[in-house]
Amino acid sequence: MYGLEMAKGLLVTLTNLARKPFTTSYPEQRVKQHPRFRGEEFTWYEERCTGCASCAKYCPLGIIKIVTSPSETAPLQGDKYRLEVFDIELQRCMFCGLCVEACPYDALFMGSGFEEGQYKRTDLVITIDRLRQADKHPSTWFRPQLEGMDYRPGVSRPLGWREVGREGWRWHQHEKAGMRLTGSNTTRDSGDEA
Amino acid sequence: MRCITTPENMLSPEGAFGGNPLFYWIYGLAAHLVPCWLAYVIAGLVIMLILINAVLLGAAIVSWGERRLLGRFQNRVGPNRWGPFGALQPIADLTKLITKEDIIPYGADRLAFTAVPVIMVSSLLVATAVIPFAKDVALVDLNVGVLFILAVSSLTSIAIFTAGWASNNRYALFGAGRAVAVLISYEVPVVLSLLGVVVVAGSMSLGDIVVAQAVPFFLVQPLAFFVFLAGMSAELNRTPFDVAEAESEIIAGYHTEYSGIKFALIQAAEFGGALFVSGLIATLFLAGWAGPVADWLGWLWFLIKTFIGIFLFVWIRSTFPRLRLDQIMAVCWKFLMPLSIINLAAVVLEVYFLRDASGTLSTSDLWIMAGINMVVAVVSIAFFGRIIRQKIRNSSRTMTASAPMVRGVPTIEVG
Repeated sequence: MYGLEMAKGLLVTLTNLARKPFTTSYPEQRVKQHPRFRGEEFTWYEERCTGCASCAKYCPLGIIKIVTSPSETAPLQGDKYRLEVFDIELQRCMFCGLCVEACPYDALFMGSGFEEGQYKRTDLVITIDRLRQADKHPSTWFRPQLEGMDYRPGVSRPLGWREVGREGWRWHQHEKAGMRLTGSNTTRDSGDEA
Repeated sequence: MRCITTPENMLSPEGAFGGNPLFYWIYGLAAHLVPCWLAYVIAGLVIMLILINAVLLGAAIVSWGERRLLGRFQNRVGPNRWGPFGALQPIADLTKLITKEDIIPYGADRLAFTAVPVIMVSSLLVATAVIPFAKDVALVDLNVGVLFILAVSSLTSIAIFTAGWASNNRYALFGAGRAVAVLISYEVPVVLSLLGVVVVAGSMSLGDIVVAQAVPFFLVQPLAFFVFLAGMSAELNRTPFDVAEAESEIIAGYHTEYSGIKFALIQAAEFGGALFVSGLIATLFLAGWAGPVADWLGWLWFLIKTFIGIFLFVWIRSTFPRLRLDQIMAVCWKFLMPLSIINLAAVVLEVYFLRDASGTLSTSDLWIMAGINMVVAVVSIAFFGRIIRQKIRNSSRTMTASAPMVRGVPTIEVG
């Protein structure tokens, strides 16, 4: 390293000095976000959720807490529970996405955000109210139907609950007992199901 | 005017404050209001205050510029949050460090521990006194300036060892031991390379050395420049010789236990040291304030040349990996040491044969020396580079082979 090699090394660093830095100055510039990004805030569609608590059961860390009460519309059939608590404790979440994989009704999606710094631990718990009020920018992770739509969570508009389901299933088009459908364009055709 | 305000008639034999025009201006101003002796003291204090602030502010700017430049060397941006191009970063750093808790570890020698940052900063500031920033603008133009700088800047090694001892921390002690080993070894080639400069200039005064550089000395004695650069990198504990604070081996070396304002002072001393050594390189090898246009622009040439020195240090830091301690010793004693002796011998012979009857060297003589010394430098660097490369290979091989033979760990006996 003494002699010519030293000069060679110095030349290498000098060429790097002349190069443009490829740092992204984060708050001002952002890198393009992949649509399958598993973001921090979860996107939840209450209309699609039956309260089956699959997500809570599949969570490896057990950080999803769901408390339900019997359905107000069809309590005996029990296919739709009223949700009272839906807490996701983000401080221990590892964003594996198993809850999203487990959801049979496409009600839970990963989010698209990543700036969830808080001053208190309690603020890191996503409550049901926060889930209700949040803008719905679902990640396309484990949701191929959104990728088919070419949906970009960070850029595109928020999606309503009717747009995010797997159309082949046609689950939501046939309202089962207790499904709280507010719109009028839902087909109530039970023949398809057979 | 009641007081004498011309350089010729001032109190000291050399003309106090190196004939510094700013000093005489303040002196004349203050002499209207207060007695002569008080005006003299006030003017001196004002000049010192200006110098201290300039050096510390320069250290802050260097700390920002170095991080910024190092970032660009590594294809990063560097600090860019505070102020334009992150230029207020040192202020943010200092605010953070001042507001932090000032911890003195349990079992530390409180007095020595507290004294270290003071010694480091003050030795830096005292050493800066003799550097001529422009024509006749130095705090004091000592006729033994080079000797003074060597003596005062050696205080740093004492401070570093005190820091390591007083911290009551084994990593600090390791760092201090390494630092002192490196500092003492590298003092020798540095002094020998400076001796070459002194021989050619015929004076130890930094002002005279600048005047003597009709041809900048980095051309006249490239070997001395090279040795001085390498040796000063080691003296400043900078890469590739930064074993003293090798953060991947011993946490932060001798300043492991320092925090808050003490750490800020140590950092100021380190960056100020880089600035000071760059100024020294500018003065000794790049012809200091001497420049093409006019004498009153001297400060500008000096600043530009100092920046060249800092750029060289950052460039070296971004390029070379850290050497092992035994490799550093090998580089010092087997590579830089012979080079500096060769340089000194060549320079002494050339001066002996080239000087005229009155003992001075003309510009053409300097150019002849530059030509000869360039050849000497290339040949000797190639020759000793080859030798040292083989030695280092062999030594690392024997070290690996003999490593299992080591029985105990070295212990330090506390009396």
